[in-house]
Amino acid sequence: MKNDPKKLLRYPPFERANHWLTAIIFTLLALSGLAFFYPAFYPLSQLFGGGVWTRVLHPFIGVVMVVSFGVMFFNYRLLNVMTPTDLEWLSHVREMVDGDDRNMPEAGKFNGGQKLLFWLMVACMALLIVSGVVIWRAYFSFLFPVAVIRFASVVHAVAATIMIALIIFHIYAAIWTKESIDAMLYGRVRRAWAKQHHPAWFRQMTGGGK
Amino acid sequence: MALQSLDITRRSATTTPSPGQRQTQEVAKLIDISKCIGCKACQAACMEWNDTRDAIGANHGVLDNPMDLTANSWTVMRYAEVESGRGLEWLIRKDGCMHCADPGCLKACPAPGAIVQYSNGIVDFQEENCIGCGYCITGCPFNIPRLSKKDSKVYKCTLCSDRVAVGLEPACVKTCPTGAIVFGTKDDMIHHAEGRVVDLKSRGFVNAGIYDPQGVGGTHVIYVLQHADNPDIYSGLPKEPSIGAMVGLWKGAAKPLASFGLAMVGLGAFFHYVTKGPNEVSEEIEKEFEDEK
Repeated sequence: MKNDPKKLLRYPPFERANHWLTAIIFTLLALSGLAFFYPAFYPLSQLFGGGVWTRVLHPFIGVVMVVSFGVMFFNYRLLNVMTPTDLEWLSHVREMVDGDDRNMPEAGKFNGGQKLLFWLMVACMALLIVSGVVIWRAYFSFLFPVAVIRFASVVHAVAATIMIALIIFHIYAAIWTKESIDAMLYGRVRRAWAKQHHPAWFRQMTGGGK
Repeated sequence: MALQSLDITRRSATTTPSPGQRQTQEVAKLIDISKCIGCKACQAACMEWNDTRDAIGANHGVLDNPMDLTANSWTVMRYAEVESGRGLEWLIRKDGCMHCADPGCLKACPAPGAIVQYSNGIVDFQEENCIGCGYCITGCPFNIPRLSKKDSKVYKCTLCSDRVAVGLEPACVKTCPTGAIVFGTKDDMIHHAEGRVVDLKSRGFVNAGIYDPQGVGGTHVIYVLQHADNPDIYSGLPKEPSIGAMVGLWKGAAKPLASFGLAMVGLGAFFHYVTKGPNEVSEEIEKEFEDEK
């Protein structure tokens, strides 16, 4: 049973819904944004009804992202505070990538890698939002001198590239770590999974027992 | 204007060659500021030929009217009163697209074929391909393109590409009563301008010169300035215009490299999976929780 009550609740329904809303919005933003990023990707604008519609829609979809990502930031900000254990975890990341987690320090609800990813995404998103407002020609660009708009254009492109790379990484990490997609889809995880991947969180949730 | 042009040198957001079998002569419009009387006939002719009409505005107490370029006013006269060693000088500059050899607008444009450059040097907007993002405004070193509130397309001087294509001079040139605006091949115009500079120098304008800024590869609208050492006094004509470093970074090699980089991240992840395998719960721990299954 997907939601066996013996399993541990990792993501409550609202967090799951908001995560997937953010995922959908991100996909739309990435596809529409890439259309303007480089000519090879311009055909992606056809997915949105052509170049003009893509230009119109992209920033408004961005506004939805501000809300959904903002909620997610609020939900997870405290859970992602870096601790010395997380830094220790990150210093062993090479072993983790090699598929050997025996020497990894015990991760809490989120491990050091997830936390680092979280803060990098927060930083990119903040840059994307601010620079996105500046280059939103229809409503805001007239407020800024051209040098600022040029700078914002570069910032937007760079932050978007890093963001897409981080998301590819995020998706891959979820595929790589079996059952973690289930966790975000259905909310609950097996105790064995929790003990394997997030032992400190497992103890916190179960009081150390099974 | 014509979709069947065979003389396209460059096309925005296009990485393959454009139809360019026909090579035309490089043209230029020469604006001799020392001959301009500020009559605005060129402004009127521009609107006549292109059939655009600006709304009647307000009087700002100066001759500039309209005060700035608009989607309907593709050229405007800018009047500057400058005190110099010669006393008060009235420097009147016909502002509009400079038709750069290396156009920042075209470089910045993300819409394929929304901006083209003909082999004669004219940089032309193809509004049917324009998506209204305004990136050309961001890329332009001269602050020329204007986004229309009516249709969200950008407009600017076409150098009358439709007239030039059939052997006519631009409308502003045709109408100029003093010969301050002339049109011909770029070589001829430079030659003509050099003669004007010699004349101006002989009359005491020691810094007279040609404005054909090399930072944008030269332009296809060139000025004869009485004070070429200080173009800024002509209502802010930039001294050394160029496509900014930021635009270069934004639209240069970084984009294809970044695209390649993203593909590599995806591929790297895939090959990590097939070489290292998935990250699963160990059998040890599975055994511990056998009852859970």
